Amino acid sequence: MSNKGHASSRPFTSPIASMVVTVIAILWTVPTFGLVVTSFRKKEDILSTGWWTAFKNPSFTFDNFRAILFESGGTVGEQGMIPFAINSLAITIPAVLLSVGLGLMAAYALAWIPFRFSDHIFYGLFALQGVPLQLSLLPLLTFFATGVQLFGHTIFPQLHIVGTLAAVWLPHTMFGLPLVIYLLHNFVAALPREVMEAARVDGANHFEVFRRIVLPLSVPAIASIAIFQFLWIWNDLLVALVFAGGTDDVAPLTLHLSNLGGSLGSHWENVAPAALFSIIIPLIVFFSLQRYFVRGLLAGSVK
Amino acid sequence: MITFGSILSSSWPKIFQIISVIVLFFGFYGIAFAAGARIKGKKQNSLAIGLFLVPALILVMTGLGIPAIQTFIESFKNADSSKWVGLANYTNAVKDPDIRLAFINTISWVVISPVIVTTLGITLATMLNKMKREAFAKSLIFMPMAISFVGGSLIWNLMYAYQEPNRPQTGLVGQIMVWLGFELKHLLLWSPWNNLFLMVVYIWGFTGFGMVILSAAIKGIPTEIEEAAQLDGATGFRLFRTITVPMVRTTIIVVLTTAMVGTLKLFDVIHTMTGGNFKTDVLSNRMFDENFVYLNYGRGSALAVLIFLGVIPITYYNIRSLRLERKH
Repeated sequence: MSNKGHASSRPFTSPIASMVVTVIAILWTVPTFGLVVTSFRKKEDILSTGWWTAFKNPSFTFDNFRAILFESGGTVGEQGMIPFAINSLAITIPAVLLSVGLGLMAAYALAWIPFRFSDHIFYGLFALQGVPLQLSLLPLLTFFATGVQLFGHTIFPQLHIVGTLAAVWLPHTMFGLPLVIYLLHNFVAALPREVMEAARVDGANHFEVFRRIVLPLSVPAIASIAIFQFLWIWNDLLVALVFAGGTDDVAPLTLHLSNLGGSLGSHWENVAPAALFSIIIPLIVFFSLQRYFVRGLLAGSVK
Repeated sequence: MITFGSILSSSWPKIFQIISVIVLFFGFYGIAFAAGARIKGKKQNSLAIGLFLVPALILVMTGLGIPAIQTFIESFKNADSSKWVGLANYTNAVKDPDIRLAFINTISWVVISPVIVTTLGITLATMLNKMKREAFAKSLIFMPMAISFVGGSLIWNLMYAYQEPNRPQTGLVGQIMVWLGFELKHLLLWSPWNNLFLMVVYIWGFTGFGMVILSAAIKGIPTEIEEAAQLDGATGFRLFRTITVPMVRTTIIVVLTTAMVGTLKLFDVIHTMTGGNFKTDVLSNRMFDENFVYLNYGRGSALAVLIFLGVIPITYYNIRSLRLERKH
């Protein structure tokens, strides 16, 4: 039976619902829109009037973007904003690759290789997913800086990665793994048992089953979780602040932006275009791959 | 003037590093898979576990498991972790008026914002269901999910911008207060209401999540149930209350608990917008300041443990429902 034409099938009466939804959608969009408008306004205009007045006598400019991207020695930094975007990429890409790659293999091992403690490890990982990363920041930083000493003996040498990009993407990989494994496990464990067993009977071992069956079938799940991780890592501030703190050389966009916002709170001619620049890549990823992203969210939340 | 050439020359090592991580990862596992495929019999199980599972487990234990235990131990030591002090960090934290305020603020965050996010989420999901241009409206409300909380904080800083009352306002919220004839306030300094204004940023960023998840759940309600209720005369709010809400109860709990954990750990908004000043501090920000600004590791660790204690009931609940579900 079709619901079309039955106004009563909708729990709320339509005109009121449309109005509420429209108002909320506008409310949700206006702040971002204000940022966009501000970043194209002249410095003196930004300081003297609100952005909503900009349409009365429009005078927009690209100067702010030129300043944050191509002018050195300004308030934004010696090299402009682009190096920070490259840092963001150099942190996000390795961390997404490693967490999703290692996570998928671990998920397969937990779902399809029978061994003792397999269940315990699975529940352990699930519990670790709930551990706030606040709990591990300082010890992990100390571990990177000094290695492990016990009674004056070096058990594990220091890693010499403090101040490098690896010191940022490695923690992201570590912190991301429990959730990635859990989500991919849900998916991999649901693959048809007959297909897996048929392959095993044909003499394929775990390596072949993984490469020929699990990997190709998991592409949609991998895509959605990779997007999820990408946005999560790209948008992170806390991990960057702790593990890339103190050096602009490896600071991602969020960290630099947070410093800008704090130190030049009112220099909107810099902060607004810089903020817009930092959200462009995630927004492109989001709008072009929204379908996958939503699927990833649902996999994680609706069981 | 910066040229693309100068940017490229300074970024080349970083780009090289991205490429080497990719090449090393695929190279190592490429060889491992080629070699692994030749191995038959019982040995391949342990080899597969060693290559598939052990690297991930080592990373998780190094990154989360062991450090969490260390932090727990640190929390019973003094500022530079040279002496045992028992529970002093915890008792001092409770006595310290600033930290007590951070506690109270955190609790109000955890109580208020998840409830608003979930209420808004289910209302929007229900209203949008089968509405024209559903996808478009959803995209707009969902969009802040893609924006970092740092970006979101700056966006809202602009909304809350304040100018002296005799000057034209540059913040839209302030301007609306003027238009409506309210007394103009510097919103981020106006304690305790500034906490609510900060929560708005989180609610703005997270409502889309609740809406999308709940929307999927609502679409999963069998139409027969809805139709039966309608035959019984249930419409509008009654249908919502008696059918929709009970049918998506578990999803509501998922959204509520996810938002709770999120607010408990929330850091970016406070750090970027107020730095914890003007009576807006929360545990997570305070914990960061203790560890990395005041260098009081003992107390910082104690606060991290307290955040963890707040998460435990939720994790426990999640594990319990996971076990129940796997039994079926």
